[in-house]
Amino acid sequence: MNEQTKTAQHGLSEHSHGAGVPIQIRSARVRSADVNDFELVTQREEQWRYLSTDRLGGLLGDLEEFTGDLGLTAPDDVTTAWVGRDNELFGKAGLPEDRISAAAWTTCDAAYLITVPSNENAQEISLKVTSADSTPSALHLIVDAKPFSNSTIVIDHNGDAVLAENIEINVGDEAQLTIVSIQDWSEDSIHTSAHFIRLGRNARIKHIVVSLGGKTVRVVPSVEYTGPGADANLLGVYFADAGQYLEHRPFIDHSEPNCKSRVTYKGALQGSKAHTVWVGDVLIRKAAEGTDTYELNRNLLLTDGARADSVPNLEIETGQIEGAGHASASGRFDDEQLFYLQARGISENEARKLVVYGFLNEIIEQIGIESVETRLAESIEAELARSTH
Amino acid sequence: MSILQIKNLHVSVDTDQGPKQILRGVDLTIRNGETHAIMGPNGSGKSTLAYSIAGHPKYEVTEGEILLDGENVLEMSVDERARAGLFLAMQYPVEIPGVSVSNFLRTAKTAITGEAPSIRGWVKEVRESMDALRMDSAFTERNVNEGFSGGEKKRHEILQLSLLKPKFAVLDETDSGLDVDALKTVSEGVNRAKEANDLGVLLITHYTRILKYIQPDFVHVFVAGQVAEQGGPELAERLEAEGYDRYVRA
Ligand SMILES: Nc1ncnc2c1ncn2[C@@H]1O[C@H](COP(=O)(O)OP(=O)(O)OP(=O)(O)O)[C@@H](O)[C@H]1O
Ligand SMILES: [Mg+2]
Repeated sequence: MNEQTKTAQHGLSEHSHGAGVPIQIRSARVRSADVNDFELVTQREEQWRYLSTDRLGGLLGDLEEFTGDLGLTAPDDVTTAWVGRDNELFGKAGLPEDRISAAAWTTCDAAYLITVPSNENAQEISLKVTSADSTPSALHLIVDAKPFSNSTIVIDHNGDAVLAENIEINVGDEAQLTIVSIQDWSEDSIHTSAHFIRLGRNARIKHIVVSLGGKTVRVVPSVEYTGPGADANLLGVYFADAGQYLEHRPFIDHSEPNCKSRVTYKGALQGSKAHTVWVGDVLIRKAAEGTDTYELNRNLLLTDGARADSVPNLEIETGQIEGAGHASASGRFDDEQLFYLQARGISENEARKLVVYGFLNEIIEQIGIESVETRLAESIEAELARSTH
Repeated sequence: MSILQIKNLHVSVDTDQGPKQILRGVDLTIRNGETHAIMGPNGSGKSTLAYSIAGHPKYEVTEGEILLDGENVLEMSVDERARAGLFLAMQYPVEIPGVSVSNFLRTAKTAITGEAPSIRGWVKEVRESMDALRMDSAFTERNVNEGFSGGEKKRHEILQLSLLKPKFAVLDETDSGLDVDALKTVSEGVNRAKEANDLGVLLITHYTRILKYIQPDFVHVFVAGQVAEQGGPELAERLEAEGYDRYVRA
């Protein structure tokens, strides 16, 4: 890959910000459930600077409660319920950090709660979020993984939607959770989703974002620690083709000592006006001594006319850390790799597929859920088949 | 019988300053079982010839032809050429992140023969070929050429040669960067492929030492994009003693 690599540039000033966009450190950002606490959505706001407002369509206006289908498959001891604002879990994992998330929060009087009991046996849960119409709507999900629980949850978004979503994810003390959010909407769909992850003492989360389909997809996962020894592994893989806009903004807020985080996102882009944005924020607060963090984003541009923005930010308030680093690179598809494979008899299509898989493999091999890996492999194949070759 | 004919080949490469002529009328005929050595100064166009045979898109053939058993190679895509029986062991093999050697070899073999090899037979064949080239079997789990040393990359090229069984192989400085033991191992690998498949070899080299292991039938001196002289193995000895001055001045 012919890459331009940016490594270990600490602080926001290293990265170019367009004129008129105020530089805002993550720690100073507004957190509120009240829409009126946020400025209107415009590209002058740091959070929205890459996303033109017409791409957000109906999400800028009034929202209705989600009326699509929530199809759950889970073992018997996993329970679900619709809970109201009075429930102690409503808002426990976090509060909105942008206006659309707050609008969704306000719209939903009830949240769909999935409770994973304390049980050392691994629980496998699948939730299919299917929408059939594009009424601007809002959905609030809460996952409560009890202390010492061990589970895998796959949330799979499909259909036509204009949806603003909040997902609260509580991972109790010593619990282990693998959670996957797949965005595979129809090509006109618009979806913004804020994930609030709250980790207990020694909790471990593997959080995987897979963004494939949708006109506009914006996923903002944020991680908060409430005790020492927790470990967050955030993985993301995305494939944008012509006209698609996919944005991911992971935020890790290290506030407790001796916690670890890894953020690794990789994306492939193909076709004119395929646009991806990755903004990775890591904040290491004064109390978070012994923090070990690394974030990485790489993009592979398969054709001309695609654009990948990649901005890693690291704010460090203590020197007593184990390690902190970041890397970000976007590179064009390397024709020499194609030539090498073709020179061994492999057809151009097959060779492209090998190179793209190879590039994304670092993430794919960490997913560890066969159904998701197969699904991803099929989607990538379909995307590549759609290419102009 | 197989025959590879290169006739009056003119090739130019795209540069920022426009196309640049590199090959200026190359004539070469190689039959199966024959080994032709090509020697010549740096920049004389040896790799350009190798890449042009393989079909690298950077090189444009402006005149002349390449025929494999009478078929027009220049009309074939890169992968079609490989499937027709041409193989290029590259001077600088390319790294392919995330693609394991075992996946790569199986995919290539399947492409060349048109069907997936039987799993057990294939695994065994790969292991035996790797043993013969003194390659640790751990390489199959590594990504193609990623982090390989120079010598390991060259062995990996010859491993592919022995597994893919082409009709003709162009070896572009396969001997460069090999230690004495590796040179012997790799040469034996080439000789085995020659024997097993009656392979025709176009061996590009700067050194006569490899010619002690792989006996050439013909030696061609390549200068300024052309074959300046050809002869038998004795020509290599003379080049080693005298250098290319004679041709470059002429
Ligand atoms: N992309 C390019 N742009 C400019 N010049 C090029 C390009 N590719 C090849 N050349 C030039 O073509 C000439 C022939 O190169 P080639 O690699 O074929 O030489 P060679 O005989 O293989 O040399 P060596 O013995 O050093 O491997 C060189 O002068 C080289 O600089
Ligand atoms: Mg060369």
